[in-house]
Amino acid sequence: MLELGFFYLFAGLAVVAALGVITARNPVHSVMWLIFCFFNAAGLFFLLDAEFIGILLILVYVGAVMVLFMFVVMMLHVNLAALREGFLRYLPLGGAIAAALLAEIVAAGFSGVFTRVPNPGHSGGQVNNTVEIGKVLYTKYLLGFEVAAVILLVALVGAVVLTIRKRKDAKYQNIARQVAVKPSERLRKVRM
Amino acid sequence: MSWLDVAKTGGLWALEVLAIAVPVALSVAYITYMERRIIGWMQVRKGCNRVGPAGLLQPIADGIKLFLKETIIPTAANKFLFVAAPVMSLLPVLVAFAVVPFGETTLFGLWKTAHVMAISNLNVGVLYVMAISSLGIYGILMAGWASNSKYAFLGAMRATCQMVSYEISMGFAIVSVLMLAGSLNLAEIVHAQQGGFWHWYLIPLFPMFLVYFISGVAETNRSPFDLTEGESEIVAGFFVEYSGMWFATFSLAEYAAMILISLMTSIMFLGGWDAPLPFLDFIPGTVWLLGKTAFLIFVFIWFRATFPRYRYDQLMRLGWKVFLPVTLVWIAVIGAAIYTPGLSEVIGFWRPGGGS
Repeated sequence: MLELGFFYLFAGLAVVAALGVITARNPVHSVMWLIFCFFNAAGLFFLLDAEFIGILLILVYVGAVMVLFMFVVMMLHVNLAALREGFLRYLPLGGAIAAALLAEIVAAGFSGVFTRVPNPGHSGGQVNNTVEIGKVLYTKYLLGFEVAAVILLVALVGAVVLTIRKRKDAKYQNIARQVAVKPSERLRKVRM
Repeated sequence: MSWLDVAKTGGLWALEVLAIAVPVALSVAYITYMERRIIGWMQVRKGCNRVGPAGLLQPIADGIKLFLKETIIPTAANKFLFVAAPVMSLLPVLVAFAVVPFGETTLFGLWKTAHVMAISNLNVGVLYVMAISSLGIYGILMAGWASNSKYAFLGAMRATCQMVSYEISMGFAIVSVLMLAGSLNLAEIVHAQQGGFWHWYLIPLFPMFLVYFISGVAETNRSPFDLTEGESEIVAGFFVEYSGMWFATFSLAEYAAMILISLMTSIMFLGGWDAPLPFLDFIPGTVWLLGKTAFLIFVFIWFRATFPRYRYDQLMRLGWKVFLPVTLVWIAVIGAAIYTPGLSEVIGFWRPGGGS
């Protein structure tokens, strides 16, 4: 009963938060709502005993990605009026996609897919999520894992290449030289 | 499960939470006292010694003073976020304490097996602490943005860059601990180090210990990395507009984060509740853990009294160009050592079930 209560709490708050994201007048408020939404999604993962995925959701999305989001939103002055103009224009398209998704989920629910899968129940503390995911990730899905790593590396190098630029007239410190400097190079004894 | 059971469970949870939150709040109060006395001692002056015997009531007096002061909300501030920001910076730190194991107890022989003294002994404890403590950033960001002040905004920007960069090297330092302990569970990590100080991860992972602790200092925005509040340039940084109790909440969060980092360092590198020499086991483990934590908090204060503040580019250089490569290399060293025939026996000494 407690678990069901928590499910409705997290799910309901997630829906409220998602609505908040698109209705908030202030972009910073929107980002805050999105963070709240991620939290509730993580809560749902915890209820499924998938604590590793839940924690990763918070660590990666809330702890890192949303911070950068927030950074950009705070640095740029987003023109809200211009953003709102497109709202009605794109409403039919967005509405159609939402309706199609809803229809699919309802159809899947009635087709009996979910009832055919046996209820896994709670494994409790017996199964260690992290260990199991690690075992599968480094054996069965090793190739996919490494391809993802290479793609990330390419993105990393790309970001460096795009942003690195050196101004000729700027003065740079050479820290190693600063540290290696000796008193004899800077100090001159004068006989008075 | 009836409503009575729900109420019982809820009441028990509330008691567990209070058993952590109240001591943390009290320690924060007395760490401020400790800080003022120690810095006074290091600077050859007295420190606070007027209120109560040896100034021991000073934190109480300060608390009452801050509590009674008016909270001023700037006219141009975003009211809701301005008020919510201090809470958002305090909450994650307190929530992170939920998985910290304070020792093991059989409750004076009442239980058959030793239970870990933590609200929740999570399997992913280390990740949980990392995830939750990285959320403290939002309090600072929101404080800086909602104040609608240039100084506050600059302070928040600096804090964010700093915390995001140092989190990475901190994460890699933790990875090296996990490679030896083979578990994300904080109690398991302590178990893997039991049996005297030569089993502690301080020895095989000494560079990682330094990186983790110094990153922890940067993460909590403490001196010498406190340029988020650099008073010579940006007055007081992100909390420049705050006063009274809301201002105090920020310091509460900072000191609680200090305690958390010290606890985590003791648990991951200094053997947690393990006695340094096996014959000292008669002293309860919790005393050892809190003693190690107290020493690390002293080191925090020692840093503050010793080092001048870093410049912003030096700070970034240290995080990205020194700590990050060092951690990556050390992970490779440990990884290679585990799978090299001759070395695996040596490194196996620190691994549970590996080597002799």
